[in-house]
Amino acid sequence: MRHRFFFVLKKLLRMALLLLGVSIVTFTLMCASPLDPLATNVGQVALGSMSPEQVEKLEAYWGVNTPPVERYLGWLGSVLQGDFGTSLLYRQPVLAIIGERLGNSIWVLAFAWVFSGLLGMALGVLAGVFRGRLPDRCIRGYCLLISSTPAFWLALLLLLIFSVWLGWLPIGLSVPIGVESSAVSLMDRLRHAILPALTLSITGVANIAMHTREKMVDVLESDAILFAKARGESLPSIVWRHGLRGVALPAITLQFASISEIIGGSVLVEQVFSYPGLGQAAVTAGLGSDLPLLLGITVITAAIVFAGNLAADLLYGVVDPKIRRGAARE
Amino acid sequence: MKRQNSRKSTLLFLGVTVFLLLFLVVIGLGVEEEATVTDFTRTNLAPSLRYPFGTDWMGRDMFLRTLAGLSLSIRIGLLTAGVSAVVALLLGVAAATLGPRVDGCISWCIDLVMGIPHILLVMLISIACGRGFVGVVTGVALSHWTSLARLVRGEILQLRQAPYMLAAEKLGVSRFRQARLHMLPHILPQFLTGLVLLFPHAILHEASVTFLGFGLASEQPAIGVILSESMRYLTTGKWWLALFPGLALVLVVILFALLGDRLRRWLDPASVHA
Repeated sequence: MRHRFFFVLKKLLRMALLLLGVSIVTFTLMCASPLDPLATNVGQVALGSMSPEQVEKLEAYWGVNTPPVERYLGWLGSVLQGDFGTSLLYRQPVLAIIGERLGNSIWVLAFAWVFSGLLGMALGVLAGVFRGRLPDRCIRGYCLLISSTPAFWLALLLLLIFSVWLGWLPIGLSVPIGVESSAVSLMDRLRHAILPALTLSITGVANIAMHTREKMVDVLESDAILFAKARGESLPSIVWRHGLRGVALPAITLQFASISEIIGGSVLVEQVFSYPGLGQAAVTAGLGSDLPLLLGITVITAAIVFAGNLAADLLYGVVDPKIRRGAARE
Repeated sequence: MKRQNSRKSTLLFLGVTVFLLLFLVVIGLGVEEEATVTDFTRTNLAPSLRYPFGTDWMGRDMFLRTLAGLSLSIRIGLLTAGVSAVVALLLGVAAATLGPRVDGCISWCIDLVMGIPHILLVMLISIACGRGFVGVVTGVALSHWTSLARLVRGEILQLRQAPYMLAAEKLGVSRFRQARLHMLPHILPQFLTGLVLLFPHAILHEASVTFLGFGLASEQPAIGVILSESMRYLTTGKWWLALFPGLALVLVVILFALLGDRLRRWLDPASVHA
């Protein structure tokens, strides 16, 4: 038990260092930007008509004249006390905005993540088993097509078909327009989340399916499988008892690595469906040079991604006894 | 029909694809002027024989705009994938040869870059460079090297332990000769394939970031710009504004993906039979 504890501790420490790195990189990039937040958000014309005192006040608000290092250290200090600062565009605490947006996004993300993982693995196993035959060709073609399709264009297509042409589903937003928040039913929320979730699920499948297929082909060519066949074991039983075990480890890695891709995809998809989630907030913050908000979103997203990696590392030990014993021996 | 030698047909496929893509680049460059011509006598036309992809609300011919956009996409893809691959090669080789401290440092950087979702990272770098052409090219070039760098590093580490490499070292073969005779033939095919397979990602991310408004300026004929404009007209039934440019982009990306796959088969025949 002790070595497991140290293993997790080491990983957590590395994660903290990486998060620190992410925040420094993000901060540096935003500070290096030649885009003037005042000109972007207030407008050149409005700035020209203001008195110097007003401009100075605004500059102080956007933190234009504070040295970057001082700003970063100030930010870091308050983050360690659990305060991510105040969004300059929304004038609300960053954590409150992220909480609200993440609350909207998380169901879409979670659904897409689970669904694309399961479907991708199933398709991959199927293609691997029927290698070179019709199911394999179809699945490979589908994967090639999907991995070459930009997520936002797929979102546009689905929007065209289901919302504009057929009129089954709403065009955007997470709740109907002009309805009080208390009157919004679960059905409404669900109806608005269907298309974003569907888009993300469809695009997430390709990567996992292709890798699972390759691993499956490898496993099925091993001597163990040849022996199992010689013993007269049926194909379903071989796949279930030997194939899936061989595929499990890489599938876990891929599934947890895909968190980053799904979050990235959600930035695009939420923009198309104007779904008020975390991704849309990131785009708004980026376009408006809202440093605290974008910094908060990047750090929190990275934390989710790293937590996913950690979970994958821990799951290895659960799935594969060899790794578990290997870790014990160290 | 006589059955073709699979190597020959692969080579033929490579030749045709490369020619097709180059042809697209040249054609796109040629029509760039014409693609931005506005003509208010022909606004919002549905696709017809004269305008295969229709026209937009400013009367621009969407077919020409798409061609120009594809050309721009391919050129940006070539540029960014090239830069990314060079970065990957340098860092991969450095990580594998300069000792554990450098290795740890570079691995940490790779983890860092991979921890931020690609789109967010490209957005951030693009903002740092003031958006526009420079922003999107720098962003895509500096965010796509990680997996290739890992691949190069892993390959070199593995090769250095190979028996014939150890033997060569004992025989006193110079390091340069070792690298040229024993390493390069192994690394090169993988590296080239990895390079070509970077194109699809680079092109897609360029289009995505432009679509979000962090990339190319709106007066440039880019697919991302075309699609983000089309969003405003979708609800009024102008489906052709989004369908055809996107479809064309998908086709180009598929061509690149197939190119990479065939190139791998051609350069590394063993991998197909394994």
